[in-house]
Order: sequence, then C-alpha cells, then structure tokens
Amino acid sequence: MKAIWSIAKKELMSYFTSPIAYIVISIFTLLSGFFFYSLVWWFNTQAIQMAQNPYYFQQVNINQMVFAPLFHNLSIIMLLMLPIVSMRLFSEEKKMGTEELLFTSPVSVVQIILGKYLAALIVLLAMLGLSAIPTIFTFIHGNPEPVPYLLGYLGLFLLGGAFLGLGIFWSSLTENQIVSAVLTFGTLLLFWVLSWAAYSAHGLWRDVLNYLSFFEHFDGMTKGILDTSDLVYYLSIAFFGLFLTHSVIQFRRWR
Amino acid sequence: MIETEQLTKKYGDLVAIKDLSFRVEEGKIWGLLGPNAAGKTTTMRILTGFLPATSGRASVAGFDVFEQAEQVKQSIGYLPENVPLYPEMTVESYLGFVAEIKKVPASRKKAAVDRAVEITSLQPVRKRLIRNISRGFKQRVGIAQALIHNPRVIILDEPTIGLDPAQIVEIRQLIKSLKGEHTVMLSTHILAEVKEVCDGVVIINEGRLMASGSLDELAKSFSANDGVYLKLDKFDGQVIELFKQIPNLKSLQLEGSEIRLEWSWDNDLRPAILKLCLEKNLTIREMRSAAMNIEELYLRIVSGGMEQ
Repeated sequence: MKAIWSIAKKELMSYFTSPIAYIVISIFTLLSGFFFYSLVWWFNTQAIQMAQNPYYFQQVNINQMVFAPLFHNLSIIMLLMLPIVSMRLFSEEKKMGTEELLFTSPVSVVQIILGKYLAALIVLLAMLGLSAIPTIFTFIHGNPEPVPYLLGYLGLFLLGGAFLGLGIFWSSLTENQIVSAVLTFGTLLLFWVLSWAAYSAHGLWRDVLNYLSFFEHFDGMTKGILDTSDLVYYLSIAFFGLFLTHSVIQFRRWR
Repeated sequence: MIETEQLTKKYGDLVAIKDLSFRVEEGKIWGLLGPNAAGKTTTMRILTGFLPATSGRASVAGFDVFEQAEQVKQSIGYLPENVPLYPEMTVESYLGFVAEIKKVPASRKKAAVDRAVEITSLQPVRKRLIRNISRGFKQRVGIAQALIHNPRVIILDEPTIGLDPAQIVEIRQLIKSLKGEHTVMLSTHILAEVKEVCDGVVIINEGRLMASGSLDELAKSFSANDGVYLKLDKFDGQVIELFKQIPNLKSLQLEGSEIRLEWSWDNDLRPAILKLCLEKNLTIREMRSAAMNIEELYLRIVSGGMEQ
C-alpha cells in the first residue's frame, strides 16, 4: 500500500506541476457550472409556468429536471476530458525512459499500475468535487432528494473510473500521448454508442449491446436506482482495463 | 557478487546475447566492454530484472535474478543509458521518490537523500527543477538515485556518455570513489575509461563473451611476453650488445629511434635495464610498456574475433 501511495503521490505531483490537471479541472468545472446554471434557469421558467396548474405543479421535480440532465451532460464532458487525464500515465514513462527506473525497483507492476490509477481517480474526484459546489445551493434554497443526487455522483465516479481504466490500458501501448488519448476517446465513444446499435438489434444481441453500453447503466443511477449489476459492470470495465495494462507490460518485458 | 551462467537472450529470431558466463568480484569495479549493439545494455537489463533471459542463470549479491527478483532489485542501484529523470520534479523530491520506491524506511529517507546528494556533490542544485539543471548534474542525479538505498551492487550503463571532458573526469572520480563499499559494473566503449576506472573487464561482441578478467590477466593471456620501448639519449652497437647480454632477455629489436626489449611475464627485467643504464651512464629519454595496451587488446579481441 505504501508503494502504491508513493507512486500515486509522484503522479499527482506530475499532474499538478504541469498545466494538464489545472486545465482539465478548470474546464470541467466551468462547463459543469454553465450547464447547471442553464438547467436551473430552465427549471425556474418551467416551474413558474407549471405552478399555474396544480396538476402539473406536482410534477415539478428538481432531481429529474436539473440533476438527471446535468449528470448526463457531465458524463459527456468526462468522455472528452478523461482521455487527457489518462493519456500520460504510461506513455510518458516510456517516452522519458523512466519505466526502467520503475520496473527495476522493488515494487511490483501491480503496485505501479494501481498507484497511477489512484492518482487519476484523485484528479477525477477533484473534478467532480468542484463541479458539485454550485449544486449544494439547491439544497440550501430548495429540497431535492439527496439519494438520487448522491447516486448520480457515485455513477459519475464509477463511470470515470471505467474510463480511466481503459485509458491507462491505451497509454501502456504507446509512447505517444496524443495517440493514447485518441484511442481512449474512440473506445469510450464506441462503448457509449452501443446502445444506439441496440435499438436496431433484436433478441440476445439487443440485450448484450445494451448491457455493454455505458449509457444504459448510468441512466438508472441518475434516477436514484442503484442496481448491483451496474456496479459490477463499471468495476468490471475498470478491472478489465487494469488487467489488460498489466498484461501489456508483462508481455512487452517477457516477449 | 555478480555471476552469470550460459545467459542467453533472444528477441524473436534475433540473438542479443548467447551463452554469456562471467563473474565479478565483490568490491571491484568491472567494465562491460564491447562495440555498439554488442549486447551490453541487454546484459545489464537482465541483471537488473528489467528483462528476463531466454535461458541461463544470473545471480546478483547472492540472489537469483529470476527467482528472487525483489531481493535482487533491493540490492542493485541502476543507472540506465537514458537517465530516468522526471523533469518536473526538483532534485530533492525526485531522490525522495526514488528512496520511497526503493523501500528506504521513512525514518531514514531524509538521511538517504542527504547522503546521495553529498556523495554526488548535488548541493548546488538540490532544490532546483531537474529540467533546469545541466547535463552533467543530470548524470549525477542519475548516479545519486542509483546510490540512494546504499545498494551492494551498482550497475551503470554508459555513465559518461554525452558529457564534456571536465564532467567526464568528475564522474569517473565519483565512480572510483564507490569502489570497496560497492561492487560496480559499468558498460562503456571508451577504452580510456576502462583503463582508468576498472579493475577488470568483460568483453563481449555480437552477444558472445570474448574475454573476461583483470586487464593484466588479459594482456598476459593474449601475448606471450612483457616488454618495454626504450629511448636513449644516444646509443651504438656496443650498447645494443650490452643489452643483449641481460640474462633472460627474450628479444631485442630496433624500431626507429627506440629499442624494444621483451621478456617473459614471470621475469620482469625493468630493474636490470635500469641498473645497466646507470652503470654505463646511459641517459633514458623515455621508457614505456610494450605490453599490449587496452586499445590493441580490444581490437585484437573484437575485430580479430579472438576468444579467450
């Protein structure tokens, strides 16, 4: 655990001594703030109109009208931003020749991978944490349901963890950070649009494509539904990415 | 301290090293010598646990490189050819990080960094970002990270490559100072470096062991005789006759203005030559060894395809 934390600290230092972490976190926070503001503005307009009709007024729900679409928007921004967070993790070590230092030290490959992954997760937490600050005002001035709100953020964190798991895998394959980011982005997009393909599929294929899509699993969480299969799905994708990373590193050294 | 047996590494069909067997004694500085692409880096990468061998055995500090990899890594300090530095870190934070991953206890971390900084004279750049320091200091930081956990064995891949002459002298002095407390193996193709720094060499070419041993041992094994070139102020046939009468002299040849005298390795005739010169009042302008120098030795071994 100590070795994992040592690697993670070093990675965090690298993130925050380069502009990458600042830019990614700032833009993510800025965009999330913009979407939140737009959604609250739209919600207020709708609420005023709906208040004129007692039936419709009962339908006013800030979780469904603000947070659910906000989480969907944030998930799209994460799809664009997280490949930038993961792209350097192994690519840069390869390019700079520092992987020789890591792999000739008495720390295991698993510890190195987990240390790097942990650092990327901490950056993700910082992104989500900062994006959550404006939303806290809705709890001060309104009464949203906390469970769907918290589940939405848990969903974003799990989704981000899965994105980073796949990102670290691509960064282990190339020393070019741009290539790593583009491959990660392409893979995430593919997983994202599987649900579109599912619409035109039938039977088992439809179920399989739906299960594999990021979107289908995330949707439930934004509505406050926690399904174990969703948790298992995201953790499996993250584990799969880390497992492939380990395999790539070992294969390269043992070939 | 370092021992290999029939070590072989293949990359697909390409044989990088083949049946490499050598031994490096404790507390000595040993050079791994060979032309480019001879297999020096591959050998070092196997010894440090970075790469596995295809077959054969290797041990470092008494631990098997393949079966006790963690103990080996704990016992080795390694400077790869491309110095593994993080430019965005300061020298101090970088060495602190290396100390952590080399499992230096937290209570001894600061002392370990201080010691490495002191040995490698990094005090002036200790707080500076690595990206802002000179090539020579970067090389020193590379050596400092190899020393940080006070390993028994230090492996340096081309430690003076790319440095200016003053920096080369400094780094060589530093390496020489490690002798005794550490066993050092360094790869190079600079013969003067081997002669100045190393107690012995392992010479490889095209992945095969060509020779290994101390420089004296190698010189003896590749030439039958020891000898000197002697340059006198003036000499004539009579003087030559006097030299010919030195007991156990094997040969005498005139080469330009110099006299080449040879004798067998176990019978050093230098004292007898000096005594004769003193007795006959002959002024010596120059006397230098005629035994095979390292350049000749290396060329004979590598270019001539000669194996010990």
